[in-house]
Amino acid sequence: MSEIVSILETPIHIDYHFTAGLAQSRFLKGIAEGRFLGQRCPVCGKVYVPPRGSCPTDGVPTTDEVELSNTGTVTTYCVVNVPFQGQSIEIPYICAQILLDGANLAFMGLIQEVPADQVRMGMRVEAVWVPPAELGPTMASVKHFRPNGEPDAEYETFKEYL
Amino acid sequence: MAEPADDVLRAPHFLDYTYTRSVGPVIGAFLGALREGRILGVRGTAGRVVVPPTEYDPITSEATGELVEVGPGGVVTTWAWAEHPQPDQPLDRPFAWALITLDGANTALLHVVDAGSANAMASGMRVQPRFRPEDDRRGHLLDIECFVPEGAS
Repeated sequence: MSEIVSILETPIHIDYHFTAGLAQSRFLKGIAEGRFLGQRCPVCGKVYVPPRGSCPTDGVPTTDEVELSNTGTVTTYCVVNVPFQGQSIEIPYICAQILLDGANLAFMGLIQEVPADQVRMGMRVEAVWVPPAELGPTMASVKHFRPNGEPDAEYETFKEYL
Repeated sequence: MAEPADDVLRAPHFLDYTYTRSVGPVIGAFLGALREGRILGVRGTAGRVVVPPTEYDPITSEATGELVEVGPGGVVTTWAWAEHPQPDQPLDRPFAWALITLDGANTALLHVVDAGSANAMASGMRVQPRFRPEDDRRGHLLDIECFVPEGAS
């Protein structure tokens, strides 16, 4: 009887080329300049950031570009306490849905400069960018968001964006 | 593939899943035997020999029994020609993916046949394994480098 094998390595390597498309490319070029660029639907008036180039409700191209504020509201969040392979941030850290002022779509962002047990829904935050020389067309240009000291937003103002 | 317009950003994006799995006693024995240049099946319900071996009969779900040596030769039951091999596929030249019923087995094993050209492939053809040199074997299905038409070196 031969020696039994107990463990098998079955690595999977997937090699993509990601093409951002026109709308996201505009957005990422804005990020490289330290600006959040969204797009407004000409029918319903909603502002999408990051934009996908069309309105999912009305099915029309979103042609108007809108520059958004550097501040926003935490609509909902998760405190990450579980370590995993490849983790680049020390735990515990806070992953939040952030609704930029003037936007109608929340996106995920890291919250720092506040203890994990003090983050809350409605907390007002601002983006902290990497130094200008390090800005690039990548979300890594936004280091994180941090509380900006304003009073919490009323639930009614963000309840549609949880 | 069409190149995107100049104002569209494009970047490489790599994903690696570094899976390691435990294989259990039956597949473990199969892989261990491959390292020795032998191919094992397992006797299942009604004496059917299942290759690669499983812990349970794939039809009746009953526990399987003794391990039995099969092959090394066998018959191609069906096949598909791969004219443009991808970087992580078993061979770097055109080859056939084939289901091969090894002598003594009742099920077919998926492997590759190095036949040179699709014209050399046929369902019903006999093939034999080409094992890697003993030093290169690692207890893996690709310890069989490929199958070749019977009579070829």
